[in-house]
Amino acid sequence: MSTTTPTPSSSTRVDAAAAAQQLDAYTREMIQWHFSPETGSPFWLNWAKQAGWDPRKEIQGFADMVKFPHFQDEWLRDIDPHQWVPAAFKGKPFNIFETGGTTGMPKQRIGWNDYKVDYEEFSDRYGDDVFPHGADWLMVGPTGPRRLRLAIEHLANHRGGSCYFVDLDPRWVKKLIAEGHFDMARKYQEHVIEQAVTILKHRRIGCMFTTPRLLETIGEHLSVPDAGIKGVFCGGTTMTPQMTRFLCEEVLENRTVFVPTYGNTLMGLACSKPTFAEEGYSITYYAPQPRAVLRIVDPNDTTRTVDYDTWGRVELTTMTKEFFMPRFLERDEALRRPPAPEYGFPWDGVAEVRPFGASEKKIVEGVY
Amino acid sequence: MTTIPHIPLLRLGKPYQSLDTVEVRDIRTNETLAVVSQANAGIIRRDARRADEAFDALQAMRCDELIAISQKAADLFLRGDLPLGSDGVMQSAEDYVRSLSATSGLPHVMVRRNMEKIHFVLANMKSIFAGLTRGLDTSAIDEGFGEQAGVPVSFFPAAKQLAAILPSNSPGVHSLWVPAIAMKIPLVLKPGSEEPWTPWRIAQAFIAAGCPPEALSFYPTNHEGSQAILDLAGRALLFGDRKTVDRYRGDPRVEVHGPGYSKVLIGEDEIDNWEAHLDVLVRSVLDNGGRSCINASTIVVPRHADAIAEALAQRLAAVQPKPADDPEAKLSAFAKPAFAEAIDASIDQALRDTTGGGATDVTAKYRSGPRRVVVDGATYLLPTLVRCQSFEHPLANTEYLFPFASVVEVPQRDMLCTIGPSLVVTAITRDPAWQRQLLACPHIDRLNLGPIPTSVVQWDQPHEGNLFEFLYRRRAIQMARV
Repeated sequence: MSTTTPTPSSSTRVDAAAAAQQLDAYTREMIQWHFSPETGSPFWLNWAKQAGWDPRKEIQGFADMVKFPHFQDEWLRDIDPHQWVPAAFKGKPFNIFETGGTTGMPKQRIGWNDYKVDYEEFSDRYGDDVFPHGADWLMVGPTGPRRLRLAIEHLANHRGGSCYFVDLDPRWVKKLIAEGHFDMARKYQEHVIEQAVTILKHRRIGCMFTTPRLLETIGEHLSVPDAGIKGVFCGGTTMTPQMTRFLCEEVLENRTVFVPTYGNTLMGLACSKPTFAEEGYSITYYAPQPRAVLRIVDPNDTTRTVDYDTWGRVELTTMTKEFFMPRFLERDEALRRPPAPEYGFPWDGVAEVRPFGASEKKIVEGVY
Repeated sequence: MTTIPHIPLLRLGKPYQSLDTVEVRDIRTNETLAVVSQANAGIIRRDARRADEAFDALQAMRCDELIAISQKAADLFLRGDLPLGSDGVMQSAEDYVRSLSATSGLPHVMVRRNMEKIHFVLANMKSIFAGLTRGLDTSAIDEGFGEQAGVPVSFFPAAKQLAAILPSNSPGVHSLWVPAIAMKIPLVLKPGSEEPWTPWRIAQAFIAAGCPPEALSFYPTNHEGSQAILDLAGRALLFGDRKTVDRYRGDPRVEVHGPGYSKVLIGEDEIDNWEAHLDVLVRSVLDNGGRSCINASTIVVPRHADAIAEALAQRLAAVQPKPADDPEAKLSAFAKPAFAEAIDASIDQALRDTTGGGATDVTAKYRSGPRRVVVDGATYLLPTLVRCQSFEHPLANTEYLFPFASVVEVPQRDMLCTIGPSLVVTAITRDPAWQRQLLACPHIDRLNLGPIPTSVVQWDQPHEGNLFEFLYRRRAIQMARV
């Protein structure tokens, strides 16, 4: 087995038709939950009143979700988090998670257990050959108010290990770059890397989470496999096929397993099909369906998905008992890819995610 | 169907096909002529850690061997069949001429003329080496010390690699960095986005001539990659626009090659004889399609400016685009039509500026149509001569990527404090007193005394800095007698 292509466990194999049925049933359940006064949140109950239609009657399957307009991300900035608390969770203190590198008033998502569910499911996909049980972890990346901070620690604990943290504040980096302080931004990155390298040299670490750029830079200071890292869980910014290849072949020397993911505070974690090396390092990600669904839509008619292997805009729907967010248009575009039931992903995937409009204009991205 | 060649990176001489590629296209037909691998910045940073390998490979050889390799590379570059990519595709000299012409807009005749320049520098490496080192015996570099004019000298390399962030405008500039190999300094080349052809072919000629491949790295890359190259280079040549090069002005590691603002100055003693020098003016503006930093963009005269502008405009306006393979072609097409459009608009806007009495496009009345024309699918800007009423006008001291110049009247006594930094100045005068002032003028990088077109370059003379002095530093040395 190639060290870069971990195989999912057979328990995750489900066929596409069954997955679609499961998604429809789950959708109905979630709609009932969020639009029933005994369980729903003040925001969505009020929204349904003003919308003048009852989603509980009209949404009978996931295909009906196009009846919802696009979720406005400004709501997550402007509306008090308590408005999002489903009645069933009333009185239970919640976590407040903020999105990545946003400056100004951040987008906030509240939650209780979702992150644990997402990361336990992610954990179930990988064996000890990738993330050894009992090994300690190092997270190098944005911690602070982000979901990732608790999620990675939970992942480490779930696999019997503890987690060290080195923080990188992407908001500060963005500010430095916007104000033209490139030298200071570089010094800040060096400061982060220095801390990470110190931990790697002085503690026994088996697994790491970091971003592609930070991984690359860590690899300029030491050999990641020689530092004892068996698997690197990587996400946060765009990875072109060339960047992925470079990280696998040269930074990880084809000795440490590379596990790319696509995720954010609003979705959770989309896992990757493990055969990307054989597919020209084009990574296909699969949302944690049914809790979150990614569609690649035509930017000019977002009710319809584009054909397979065609670029379109990423649309995210998140449906858990804790959080409901229909048809949020991400600021990303991607290729739509077919399901991969043989790897436990019997639903559509998204590949080569990049900032929306990247083919037409230069976009400065990936500050960390 | 012919295979489209893939030009890979050279990572210390080793070909590497990246998954990130860009296509280089024929500007007329839009046909893809090559796919060019793009280096991510991480690759560049990782390879820089192996700079010693490249350096040691050249240090292990003698300068004379490397001079001989350069001389052999000269012929291979000019006439040989050399690999184009790493898939077995070979490129003849004629293929090179056609490809570069098709993607850059330079007519074949100019590509050949630029090939000759590069060939000349490589073939005459011995005398160029001597010119740049002021006759230093090559053994002084090999041994680390020697004697020059009876004085003990010791030179040591200031860097383990010379990086070059290269332009796309004209292949002649590549003759500036080729002596580095003979000076035992490996090269890290970042080709211009539209012109991978020439640096690739020179690198292949060196390798085929016996140069250690690890001495040649070739990284087509984006802005971030270029930045990585500049950050890591011990010494770098940077070609770019004014904004780009201004960022690095004053950085001793970086030799900046920005706009030239080259000029022809005519002295009081010769100005009444200006008609005799018209050919020098035309060549200074027009040679090489007006694309080089050594083309004159300003003609400064003490009087007769109107008459000179009229005569020069008439000569320049007669020059029309010709097919790329026409041996009489004098104009280059623009690889990016939008760029020509932007330049055209910027000139028109500046012509409306009345600063210092304004400016007039004298060529306009001698042309039959607009300045910007499309001929056989290629966009050209026709030669433009502007009469500026004073040096303060924005068009008086500016340069564009086509034959463009202004004529300005300035009293001779004020010329040298008016002209500002000028890469080449041709001063047409026999007045010894003024010649002395010209020789002392700190703004002039290359000085031609007498009617020599600004575009004529003698290659054993330093050009925008002396490469040897850039790559080597001298230390004091004393040795005990045995």
